[in-house]
Amino acid sequence: MNETALFGKLTLSAIPYTNPIIMGAVGVSALLTLLIVGWITQHGHWRYLWKEWFTSVDHKRIGVMYMILAGVMLLRGFADAIMMRVHQAFAEGAGHGFLPAEHYNQIFSAHGTIMIIFVAMPFFIGLMNYVVPLQIGARDVAYPFLNSVSFWMTAASAALIMVSLAVGDFSQAGWTGYPPLSETQFSPTSGVDYWIWSLQLGGIGTLMTGINFFVTILRMRAPGMNFMKMPVFTWTILVTTVLIMMSFPVLTITLLLLTLDRYMDMHFFTSNLGGNQMMFANLFWIWGHPEVYIVLLPAFGMYSEVVSTFSRKKLFGYNSMVYASVAIAVLSFIVWLHHFFTMGAGADVNAFFGIATGIIAIPTGVKIFNWLFTMYRGRIEFTTPMLWTLGFIATFAIGGMTGVLLSVPGADFVLHNSEFLVAHFHNTLIGGVLFGYFAGYSYWFPKMFGFRLDEKWGKRAFWSWIIGFYLAFMPLYALGFMGMPRRLVHYDNPTWQPFLMVALVGAFVIGYGVVCQIVQLVVSIRNREALRDTTGDIWNSHSLEWSVTSPPPFYNFAKIPHVEALDQFAHMKENGINHRSEAPFEPIHMPRNSGVGVVMGAITFVFGFAMIWHIWWVVIASSLAMLATVVYRANDEDVDYMLSAEEVARIEKQGAQATVSAHSGLSHHDMITQG
Amino acid sequence: MKKLWIKLLPLFLYPGLGFACEGDCTKSPWTLLDPKGPIATDEKHLILTALGLMLIVVIPVIVMTFAFAWKYRASNKDATYAPKWDNSHAIEAVVWTVPAVIILILGIIVWNSTHALTPEKPIASNVKPLVVEAVALDWKWLFIYPEQGVATVNKLVIPAGTPVTFHITSDTVMNSFFIPRLGSQIYAMAGMQTQLNLLANQTGTYRGLNTQFSGEGFASMHFNVNATSAQEFQDWVAQTKTGGSKLDDATFKKLETPDEPAEPVLFSEVRPGLFQSILQKFSGGHEMSASHETHVRLAQAQK
Amino acid sequence: MSATALNSATHDHGHDHSHDAKENAVFGFWIYLMTDCILFASLFATYAVMRHNYADGPTGKELFDLKYVFIETMFLLFSSFSNGFAMISMHRKDRFGTLKWLALTAVLGLGFVGMEVNEFTHLVVEGNGPDRSGFLSSFFTLVATHGAHVSVGLIWMAVMMGQLYFRGITPAITSRLMRLSLFWHFLDIVWIMVFTVVYLMGVL
Repeated sequence: MNETALFGKLTLSAIPYTNPIIMGAVGVSALLTLLIVGWITQHGHWRYLWKEWFTSVDHKRIGVMYMILAGVMLLRGFADAIMMRVHQAFAEGAGHGFLPAEHYNQIFSAHGTIMIIFVAMPFFIGLMNYVVPLQIGARDVAYPFLNSVSFWMTAASAALIMVSLAVGDFSQAGWTGYPPLSETQFSPTSGVDYWIWSLQLGGIGTLMTGINFFVTILRMRAPGMNFMKMPVFTWTILVTTVLIMMSFPVLTITLLLLTLDRYMDMHFFTSNLGGNQMMFANLFWIWGHPEVYIVLLPAFGMYSEVVSTFSRKKLFGYNSMVYASVAIAVLSFIVWLHHFFTMGAGADVNAFFGIATGIIAIPTGVKIFNWLFTMYRGRIEFTTPMLWTLGFIATFAIGGMTGVLLSVPGADFVLHNSEFLVAHFHNTLIGGVLFGYFAGYSYWFPKMFGFRLDEKWGKRAFWSWIIGFYLAFMPLYALGFMGMPRRLVHYDNPTWQPFLMVALVGAFVIGYGVVCQIVQLVVSIRNREALRDTTGDIWNSHSLEWSVTSPPPFYNFAKIPHVEALDQFAHMKENGINHRSEAPFEPIHMPRNSGVGVVMGAITFVFGFAMIWHIWWVVIASSLAMLATVVYRANDEDVDYMLSAEEVARIEKQGAQATVSAHSGLSHHDMITQG
Repeated sequence: MKKLWIKLLPLFLYPGLGFACEGDCTKSPWTLLDPKGPIATDEKHLILTALGLMLIVVIPVIVMTFAFAWKYRASNKDATYAPKWDNSHAIEAVVWTVPAVIILILGIIVWNSTHALTPEKPIASNVKPLVVEAVALDWKWLFIYPEQGVATVNKLVIPAGTPVTFHITSDTVMNSFFIPRLGSQIYAMAGMQTQLNLLANQTGTYRGLNTQFSGEGFASMHFNVNATSAQEFQDWVAQTKTGGSKLDDATFKKLETPDEPAEPVLFSEVRPGLFQSILQKFSGGHEMSASHETHVRLAQAQK
Repeated sequence: MSATALNSATHDHGHDHSHDAKENAVFGFWIYLMTDCILFASLFATYAVMRHNYADGPTGKELFDLKYVFIETMFLLFSSFSNGFAMISMHRKDRFGTLKWLALTAVLGLGFVGMEVNEFTHLVVEGNGPDRSGFLSSFFTLVATHGAHVSVGLIWMAVMMGQLYFRGITPAITSRLMRLSLFWHFLDIVWIMVFTVVYLMGVL
């Protein structure tokens, strides 16, 4: 491929302007972006957004931004899903659907990558950002600025994937990117490079978040909160951060080695000259399997909070829940080989990994029973978060069962790479992970914005999602038993088609659920005064995040609470302890907002783009710019300030409604004293 | 959800009623539940046994979800309410023990079945096994019969009742060789050889395919397996030997060009040692195999 | 990258909260080093899998010059010593002593990197670059990843020397120097592993 010094591999022909489908998608994305940008400009919100959101180092604001990113990417990933379902439903026999193979292959590769890395990850990272410091009685995370950098790096990586739509192509090697298919010999375009760099740069952001929250939870808990008084959601996040820290470096290396193969003609995973393609599968899944639990464990934590709150009862078997989470985390590192039993590793190895995988079902089963026994002898209120939880328990039981089935090597020998596998992991990722995040979203939404979400539309969304899920994925289980492999762009077996039609209907029902969620958000914002919560504790809940106003003041706690019990807030309410701080107040040390995180995100994007297109001078320039930014930040001593006691008193007095505007209107110059 | 299942049930059954079977109506479309060989039969039973075992836990979970949700709904003031009840050693013991026992039983089944069904294990039979060398190409399968001296592309003829030992490799990216009605699949990887032992115990035509995504022509990468009588197989070999072209290095080079052939191709003669040279062209003098040594080494290094 | 980002994420001021923040910073840096450990462990595992994949190319025995690498090792070991002396000077609040020892550390570190670059250049020129075989790919990547870490450490050291020169020994700079020192010693330990696993075991 010809390269120029100025533009690398990039030429005008990289823009697929002759392809009406891609151009349509680009057009829609561009139009939506323009509309949003126009609206913000018209209303003059840029300054506010920049000052209060983009440059914020407040974990609550960063959390909300993470969730918005996840929501946007969910729409993109879902559009991919609909295209695949429509295509496959009409790809029988002579009718080869409406997508050419090269386009279809990009869509399923992008769908997987986006849904895992840019929906599931930012969604739970957003929720944990918002909730964890509040749950442990902390004012912020251990490294607020690093938190901002992590977010902007993740956003930059997501932007790279979106750009691949318009400039060049995306990987056609699946979300797992197995070599040799992903090597230059078989994937010479920039598609795989988009996949590599968006995963790599986003992964580094995630690793920094992992370290940040690990340190936050270990060192910044309120006095008195020992490990066994920690809320169960915080526990699952702690375990998750350990998984992130232990597995993401492996992803970094795996992608680095593939990069070196592609960029420097090395031979890690090539077929020839001593490369070893099996090593990629091993390394990828040494990260990939813990990754499954990285997205699943936080959901488990959310279910635990929700089921206890809406059963009006303490969580059953807290200790078991904690031990089970830890056990799952440990086991998740010794099961990776179950993703490729069919590689020929021999009976002893396969049996070991099969049994190890089966063992994970024990702690997982215990968790499910504990949720059930939390409901037992409760007073269950069927709010939207509780519905998601109930839907999860029933659905996940099936997903868990099919997972254990796939962990039996002899069964996997015929089910591997089939639609059964596709059904299984969507069963766990939708029915397990996404339902949990939706439960958490509707549960904590009133905490974030001071008003709750509309219940009617929330319930519509739930029923559409769950009915749509069963319609869309139960047929795929059946297709697995009919010998249909995954990732088919066309097929000649007419008996498969009716099942794919049902799956298509299911996808549309889920689509209606997504529409309901958007409508729910719009309706709730419109009716926010009617939905307003002035108590800060709308669900009559048990942990510390509910002890402050909704939304909380930007410093979270005027006075750090002293923790005496598990479910500290419930304990306070029962014993008549006033949970709102009272005068006299003390000055609070706060980090200052910084635009450096945004700059680093922008540099990350430019660097990634230049790497993808081999524009070496920009690679060097952006690396130097990154170095200069880091040095600049290291030399900036004006990174924090003291919020005066009087100001704290004023904000506390203003109470629930006023806190939002107080934060927005705060000028750092006249209201604070320098530390 | 239950109601939904009942509504969907007819749809799930209807292919089973033979509505859409074409040509060969002796086969059910439920490929994995209608095995045509001992390996696939064992695997079907394994699946059903494992599912049955797990249903011991899964059915109570689903029933309890609905039952508890209904009985302890907030509006039911008659139900016991115990807001502080958060622990019971008896229940804890049961919820840890029951899954543990099931997994223990399943673990024993896993250990035994994995050793019984491991793909490289020859099938016990008093008939001498047929050796077939399978090569994954973009995007077609090449089958070499080294003892018969013939070869085919996208057509596999085997005698029913005779064990078949497949030596499998790839001339391109990673593939997975799979004949669902006969059982077990295994990867085909360049420079490496994997082994698979299968047996068809009924004559008939079955579908074989690559299940591992391999690029643009992946969806076309399937073939028919004709399981014939022993005599028919001999006749087929003899007939193939009489006509058709020779598979030498030049012909193989042409085969390596990526395409999706519509019709099977037969070769009356094969250059001896072709399979070995396909394997060796990747090794650069260094011998590699898909032995489990690599995995063990990597596993140890990781710990 | 995360090393420097962590470094800059701390806020060090004279008031009472900075103590916590600095302890968090050092603790977090330890945690980062643990993740770096896993990064290197993955590379060592890769090397272990690929160390015999010569693809008819040269073996480690034919390529490695133990004497040369031993001198290289000494450079890094002594740089760790001088870094230790820099830390002692820092605790004594001796700004220019610290600067002197840091400068020596940097020179020794530069020597190490220079020798490594020289070794690599020779290998590549002789046609034994990382594209020659799986073994050489994994060798170059493992050793160069360590080398890249040392280089980042050198840049960090240069920035710290600048800060030290202009600002003196402030609590913030003390905390950063402590982290840099941790980083440096960590790289030393990784190098000992590289020396043993790659060079010694490759030749013996």
